[in-house]
Amino acid sequence: MTVKTFKVIDHTADVGIIAYGNNIKEVFSHAALALFSLITKTTDIEVQIQHDVAITSTNVESLLVEWLNELIYLFDVEHLLLCRFDIKAISDTQLTATCYGETIDILKHRIKTGVKAATYHMLQIERDGHGYKAQVIFDI
Amino acid sequence: MTQWHGQIVKIDDFHWKIPQDYKSGMRVPGLIYATEEMLEAIRREQALEQVVNVAFLPGILKFSFAMPDIHWGYGFPIGGVAAMDATSGVISPGGVGYDINCGIRLLRTNLVESEVRPKIQQLVDELFRNIPSGLGSEGKMKVSSSEMEKLVAEGSRWAIKHGFGSNEDLDVTEERGCMTEANPDKLSERAIKRGMSQAGTLGSGNHFLEVQMVREIFDPQAASAMGINQIGQILVLIHTGSRGFGHQVCTDALRVMERAVLNYDIKLPDRQLACAPIESREGKDYLETMACAANYAWVNRQCITHWTRESFSRVFGKSHDKLGMKQVYDVAHNIAKAEYHLVEGKRIKVYVHRKGATRAFPPGHKDIPQRYQKIGQPVLIPGDMGRCSFIAVGTQKAMEESFGSTCHGAGRILSRSAAKRSLTGREVLRALHERNITIKTGSISSLAEEASQAYRDVAKVIDVAQQVGISKKVALTIPVAVIKG
Repeated sequence: MTVKTFKVIDHTADVGIIAYGNNIKEVFSHAALALFSLITKTTDIEVQIQHDVAITSTNVESLLVEWLNELIYLFDVEHLLLCRFDIKAISDTQLTATCYGETIDILKHRIKTGVKAATYHMLQIERDGHGYKAQVIFDI
Repeated sequence: MTQWHGQIVKIDDFHWKIPQDYKSGMRVPGLIYATEEMLEAIRREQALEQVVNVAFLPGILKFSFAMPDIHWGYGFPIGGVAAMDATSGVISPGGVGYDINCGIRLLRTNLVESEVRPKIQQLVDELFRNIPSGLGSEGKMKVSSSEMEKLVAEGSRWAIKHGFGSNEDLDVTEERGCMTEANPDKLSERAIKRGMSQAGTLGSGNHFLEVQMVREIFDPQAASAMGINQIGQILVLIHTGSRGFGHQVCTDALRVMERAVLNYDIKLPDRQLACAPIESREGKDYLETMACAANYAWVNRQCITHWTRESFSRVFGKSHDKLGMKQVYDVAHNIAKAEYHLVEGKRIKVYVHRKGATRAFPPGHKDIPQRYQKIGQPVLIPGDMGRCSFIAVGTQKAMEESFGSTCHGAGRILSRSAAKRSLTGREVLRALHERNITIKTGSISSLAEEASQAYRDVAKVIDVAQQVGISKKVALTIPVAVIKG
């Protein structure tokens, strides 16, 4: 049983994450949590609203990048801070999920880092023991 | 980080070459501008492998270049320059980056240090209040989606039409603040939406507005052409780009390029280098949307220029004209441009990717303003917020050697988290105060990420560019006050 959810890794100009999970659904969910942990303290995010997401891509790595970029878009445009990600269905090329969180409140949430995008650089999803791990570098 | 153990050959004290046979698939050698000491630091990360990877791109000419501020990026190294043959080459959004037309604008004033110091806090508060900055900052301008289309098609001209400056500003902006290839029809709805709320904002991260003073003048004739005449003279440096709009344009393009790489059977060592032939539909679409983002960034810097002038005018009780607040120049340092260069004795059209590199056109070049014809194009090189910045000019040597390009800044040496581990925002604040630098920021904790220690000394970077001859120093400036998002 994997207990690790994610860790943040150093990259000179940017920042990376490694997300862990017992299955691909968990990896995607933990990668999303890792993304929001770069932006703010995720324990300060309350579940007030939910938002459905559907992504289509060409392969599982690109699907991960597009999933994270979708969430960055939601933060940038809709000002959503998300902390729980229920991946309903996932294949190598498609994902549907419901995300939970709230709209940013500048009095309550301290924003740590702006994230421009998830990149394809050093992008990796691989088996890790009984589970999986995924590495993503963000441009910040 | 893993040390880079690849093969490198010394050409002279400032030129280092990665031979083309270092890796099968390289189409040209790599060329790095650095001192031996700098090279040792550069080898501590994988930036040089990225120089190698860029050399794989179809149509690349002469070299995969690394400017002396090279550091590890994603896909291209930051400080990377690659020129592609316009007919047989590719265009790579990763060679421009997410912050399309991130760039620098310099304003001069008639003010001197002794006039500004007593009012510095008031000035900084006024600038901070007047210029939207910080994460998720929204503009003061409400731009509708139909207006966005005009804004990105017209660039700086749009801003001038709406009262944010004068035609004189256009004369001293790279491309006169508008890349005419811009085609708003090619933009995604998302890009438009992301751009609507962020026009006219400084942003966060390494973006800033700095009130500076002239510390040293190396070339009085060139300085004078820029309206820089004395030690202690106050200048303003603005560093920002195309914000979320540019990020979305790049994100959208990379999705298309991922597929294009398969369609055109292009073999790449890093997916972030995804590209398409310049002549292909995908290539043209990218160039047309990239131009939209470039124009957006120029509007952004133009609006910030206007609010800077307004703020100075309020604090000093004089019109900005009386304060002599003319724009010196505006350069893009994340961009791809169609240019003509001499390659093996023939003048050909190329697309130059500058990813963290500055155009450095020589005296007499038709694309630089009349007033700089004798001195060459101004090149604006910011350092970190605690040390100094440089004003330089482009040279004939840059034209002959580096496709008219030179460095763009200090170059990061510590990752953001490593910088945060080694010092706190408060310590950085104290260090700045000790150097008599006033700072106003939305986030004190992120200050540590931008501390001097996180960057290479820009003086060493600019000296390499000077020794190589790809740019020539004009003046050195130091910060008086810094505004950060």
